[in-house]
Amino acid sequence: MPRVAFLVLLAASPALAQGPNLGQPISEAEVKAWDISILPDGAGLPPGSGTPAQGARIYAQKCVACHGEAAKGGTAAPLVGGGPLSAINTPKTIANFWGHATTVFDFIRRAMPWQQPRTLNDDEVYALTAYILAENKLIGSSETMNAKTLPQVKMPNRENFILRFPDRL
Amino acid sequence: MEKPAQVAANGLLDRRAFLRDGAALAAAMTGYSVVGTAAAAPLADEPWSKGPGAISPANEKPSRFEEKVTRTLSNPNGEPRTSHARTPHHLLNGTFTPNPLHFTIVHSGTPDIDPEQHRLVIHGLVKRPLAFSLDALGRYPLVSRMTFVECGGNSAPLFSPQPIQATAQALHGLVSCAEWTGVMLSTLLEEAGVDAKAKWLIAEGADALALSRSVPLAKALDDAMIALYQNGERLMPGNGYPMRLLLPGWEGNMNVKYLRRIKLVEQPAMSYYEARTYSPILPGGKAYRFYFLQEVKSFITHPSVGLKLKGPGLYEISGVAYSGNGRISKVIVSADGGRTWAQAALQEPVLAKAFTRFRVPWRWDGSPAVLQSRAWDEAGYSQPTRSQFVAARGETPSVFPVTAFASQHFNAVTSWGVNPGGEVSHVYA
Repeated sequence: MPRVAFLVLLAASPALAQGPNLGQPISEAEVKAWDISILPDGAGLPPGSGTPAQGARIYAQKCVACHGEAAKGGTAAPLVGGGPLSAINTPKTIANFWGHATTVFDFIRRAMPWQQPRTLNDDEVYALTAYILAENKLIGSSETMNAKTLPQVKMPNRENFILRFPDRL
Repeated sequence: MEKPAQVAANGLLDRRAFLRDGAALAAAMTGYSVVGTAAAAPLADEPWSKGPGAISPANEKPSRFEEKVTRTLSNPNGEPRTSHARTPHHLLNGTFTPNPLHFTIVHSGTPDIDPEQHRLVIHGLVKRPLAFSLDALGRYPLVSRMTFVECGGNSAPLFSPQPIQATAQALHGLVSCAEWTGVMLSTLLEEAGVDAKAKWLIAEGADALALSRSVPLAKALDDAMIALYQNGERLMPGNGYPMRLLLPGWEGNMNVKYLRRIKLVEQPAMSYYEARTYSPILPGGKAYRFYFLQEVKSFITHPSVGLKLKGPGLYEISGVAYSGNGRISKVIVSADGGRTWAQAALQEPVLAKAFTRFRVPWRWDGSPAVLQSRAWDEAGYSQPTRSQFVAARGETPSVFPVTAFASQHFNAVTSWGVNPGGEVSHVYA
């Protein structure tokens, strides 16, 4: 199989330059601390879990200063609500636009809180994700979010996208 | 000298007139002045000529008389939100953007990366996960190419139903062009050995946000580069020091800066910026996904808002054209709001996915004029008129602040109105 992949790659790219092979081998275990990629099918989601109630407590400590009471917005964008996509500049929200609940987990884990990104543990990220999804009524108020349940959350705008240039993908 | 022939209404002249009638036509030229500057003084042997000048600095800066040639900042006090720095196109010329004036968008501040410690890791669906130091990458075969980088939200003010009065810098300042030098990503992917299952890669930065975008493997193997140098020097911090992903012709946000990790995967990650920000809403409520391409576009920089014509006479209209699909094949210019057109001269060399400067001589008679440019690329795509564009992509219900991003991927024609006083305004025509 590896040999086949190598040949396919060569055939696809006639302009490949020969490199000096200076890459240092590294194991997936060594990359683990950096590897925070999550795919929409749930691949990459870590162990752990959280509930909306747990998330509400963390939100009050670490998020409310920018995103406001009940996540309705402050100096940073609201995380709850959102109107119909009736204009081309309707603000895009988790409820009215985002197609995958995994994106919520991914963005919180990699980028939040703004001043201290990647300081939340995975349980906290699941809990905050659960809190935001519950506030948007996308999950029930006592549902637990984990690697199994999160990718199954139905996002209302999921089927509303058109691939712009499908032949380039 | 014979008067050069007018080739389109309102005084547009043959693009070859300057070449053919060179000196005489040039002598008749009038220049643009930046609004508010004083007239030149009469000839004299000035004080600065009558003694030794300043010591050469180690890093030269533009003349103090050019201090107003700066980027404009959307977030000068570093509040916790995105910072945009826009290129002053109306105060520049030529085809590439000087590094201090290259546009930048930084979402969570510019990281202070130690190049000795920085690593680029390639992993996921590969035979051999690898880590590269900056020093190691510098020993690979390097490639230089001119290419523009444009934010997917550039020109967003033109989604407004009425023209927003602003300079080309404010309207179109989120595109710049530079010579980038680096290692072809295909070389590194070959070394890592791509698994046949891999269809996408996820690129991630070492900034606070760990900005992450999914890129189709086909683009990565086509012309993607790990850029190490910008216009001959190391990347500017705002442009991704010490290394960035360069995807010629694709939306700026995907050209991930501070690049530290590439993971090969079977499906896109649907990260924040691809799932939300750069998925423009269409009239009717559906949205485009994976737009990626920056389509053919042009705009006039001279004259434009903020520059003033000093009375009737000969001027050169010029601007930039570019396309993510390849080379610019043709640019036409109108002085009567798109009724008649003259073909512009294209500055050689015309390079794929890079700025092409276009020029056309213009004899302004002092009456009102509406200037437009429209470009074609070698793939056969034409820049739409604004009305064609709006018919497909819509416009906003009302005017919005010039710094707001109403939608993404605007590439239609820009119109500049010139009044008898020589002042330029943004108009729709």
